[in-house]
Parts: sequence; C-alpha cells; structure tokens
Amino acid sequence: MEENTVEAEKFQAKIDAEIKIEPKDWMPDAYRKTLIRQISQHAHSEIVGMLPEGNWITRAPNLRRKVALLAKVQDEAGHGLYLYSAVETLGADREDTIDDLHTGKAKYSSIFNYPTLTWADIGAIGWLVDGAAIVNQVALQRTSYGPYSRAMIKICKEESFHQRQGYEIMTVLANGTPEQREMAQDALNRWWWPSLMMFGPRDDESPNSQRSIAWKVKRHTNDELRQQFIDMTIPQAEILGLQVPDPDLKWNEARGHYDFGAIDWDEFYHVIKGDGPCNKERVKARKDAKEKGAWVREAATAYAEKRKQRASSMAVGA
Amino acid sequence: MSDKKNWPLWEVFVRSRQGLHHKHVGSLRAADAQMAIENARDVYTRRSEGVSIWVVESEHISASSPDEQGPLFEPANDKVYRHPTFYTVPDGVEHM
Repeated sequence: MEENTVEAEKFQAKIDAEIKIEPKDWMPDAYRKTLIRQISQHAHSEIVGMLPEGNWITRAPNLRRKVALLAKVQDEAGHGLYLYSAVETLGADREDTIDDLHTGKAKYSSIFNYPTLTWADIGAIGWLVDGAAIVNQVALQRTSYGPYSRAMIKICKEESFHQRQGYEIMTVLANGTPEQREMAQDALNRWWWPSLMMFGPRDDESPNSQRSIAWKVKRHTNDELRQQFIDMTIPQAEILGLQVPDPDLKWNEARGHYDFGAIDWDEFYHVIKGDGPCNKERVKARKDAKEKGAWVREAATAYAEKRKQRASSMAVGA
Repeated sequence: MSDKKNWPLWEVFVRSRQGLHHKHVGSLRAADAQMAIENARDVYTRRSEGVSIWVVESEHISASSPDEQGPLFEPANDKVYRHPTFYTVPDGVEHM
C-alpha cells in the first residue's frame, strides 16, 4: 500500500512534467482501465466507421470519387489496427477486445448508427464527421499515454485528406443543379446534430472527465472541443452557401464564439443504448465478418504451422 | 476454439529511405513472417513511408525494465567529459 502511494506520486509527477507514460511503466489500475475503454472505443469507431461509407464505394459517381473513398475506408481500417495495437500494450487481449464490440459490452461512436441515404452523405461525413474527429484527435496527440499519442499523430497526418475530400464533394453539390444543392442541404440537416454529439455529453454530465484531464488522457473538455468545432465549421458552411439547421445559432461578440441551440441529448442516449437507426445492422456486419472469416484465419494458421514443420524437418535432414 | 487463438504479435520496423536506420513504427498480428511483412506494407506504408520492412515476433524482443532505468542509465549522467563542450580551447582555434 505504502509502495503504491509512492508509485502513484511518481506517476502523477511524470504526468505533470509532460513525461509520457509507456507500456511497462507503473500506472494506476484506473488509468489503465480508462485507457483500455477509451482506446478500444476509438478503435471500434474506426472499424464500424467503414460501414456507412463502404455502402457507397460501388456507387461513387466517378473514378476520382471512388479511389478517394476506397483510400479513405482503407485508412479507417489501418487506424483501427493502430489503435487495437495500442490497446494490446495495456495488457488487453485483442480478440477479447473485438468480441466486446460484438457482444455490445463495448461502445463506439454513436454517429455511425445513422444511415448514408444519398451520395451527399459521403460529402457530409467527410466534412463534418471527420472534421469533428480531427478536432478531437488533434487534441489527443498530446495525450499522456505514449502508444496512444503516437497512434493519434499518425492518424491525424492521414486524416486531413478525409475532410478535404468530403468538403470537395459538398462544394460540387452545393454549386450544382437545384437537386444536387438540395441533396447537400439535406445531408447537412441530417448530420449536423449527430456530429455535435460526437464530442460526448456536456461537461456537467460527464463525471469521469475531470479525472481524465488530471491524468492528461484528455486535454480539453467535451464542451471546449464542441465549441471549437462549431466555430471553425460555420464559416465553412457559409462558403458552401448552406444553412446549418439551428435557428438559435448566432455569433456572440462578447464571448468570441458562436452560441448554438440545445442538443437533443435524449436522442444521443437513445442511440448509444442501441436504438439508433442502424445499431443492429452495424454490429451484425462486424460479427458476420469475424465468423465468416474464421476459416481463412484457421487456414493461415495451419499453413504457417505446416511451413514451420517443413523447414525444421529439412534442417534435420541436412 | 481455434477462433479464440490470437496470431502471434509482430513488431514492425520501417526504413523510410536508403541511408537511414529502420525505425519501430508499431505492431500487428499475423500468422507468419511473410504475412506480417505483407500486412505491414498495407498498415504502415500506405503513403510511401518505406523502402524496407523488418518484422520480428514481439516475444523475441528482450527489453530493459523501467525499474532498472536508474542503475542502467545514471552512470552516464555525471560523465560530462564524454561531450566536446567539456574541453576548453583557446579563442581563435577553428575547425575543432
């Protein structure tokens, strides 16, 4: 107990001095658990996030759009893998982590439970959903856990194209035919509020936030990041000539920020709890992928085993 | 159930261009070395980050322990005479 207190003080001193915590360093159990939960949720979000966009790969309007979307979805897969590796450095078993997603024990970003109804949704996702993710992830580059921080740096570097390709899609639609313009506006209407929810509950409803900030797992509160996202996104909407679906939105000179209307938190909790439009479909797609791919993994294991045995029997023969 | 069994964990090192060291970039799971290299190509070098990849099974890496950090590295801390700035040379001496 005594020793633990000394270790805990040394740990906090490192955090305060901006020294990163690495996998084999001593860390409080609660810090480890918080990270496993947060990083695995983040990994699951990358993986599930491939589904709504993958839906449009075969129907992309031209080759330029198709290669961009393919590259983006492939990046999300890579980002999921960096993050699963980071979870493993904390002692979590990778397959257990993935199974937790499939049993519903682990969560992922609620935004991916909304459907992609039109091509404009691919534009809106890149612009808004990736835009919100980038705000969150840029802040997390400075998180206190080394492997998580390094994964974030790599992810941020790769994601800047994701947002730009989405905004490019929106630009073309917003300046296209009246139908295309309407499609872009409709996508913005549907994705705006769920994007704001991506930053999580309000600070006064987010009980673990303060502790995560003391540990520098999080560097900014949910509300700070949400405000930052709104402030940078409104001028982008104005350039598109589209209307953000919030009648209460207006610039507040005194605060130097946009004021915005009330978020429907009932909807947020409803979707988080599993009752969003696509929750069941998303988890089923992941479970099916794992179960139907089992024979491939088994075959690869058997093949690796056979090659190993052949190599060792040849060595004996020689 | 075999489904539950993880493939071995591999550490991935990438040489970003000729003339530089291979540098650790992360890890991944793969059934064997060949698959580890192929997967590393897709996971860690999607944007021409590498010209060469090393993979090594993580269990084959021996690492110093954080607890030994003091005894292991402190001996170097008081040996300032290992650095050029420890030595004084007269003003005006060049190329040294």
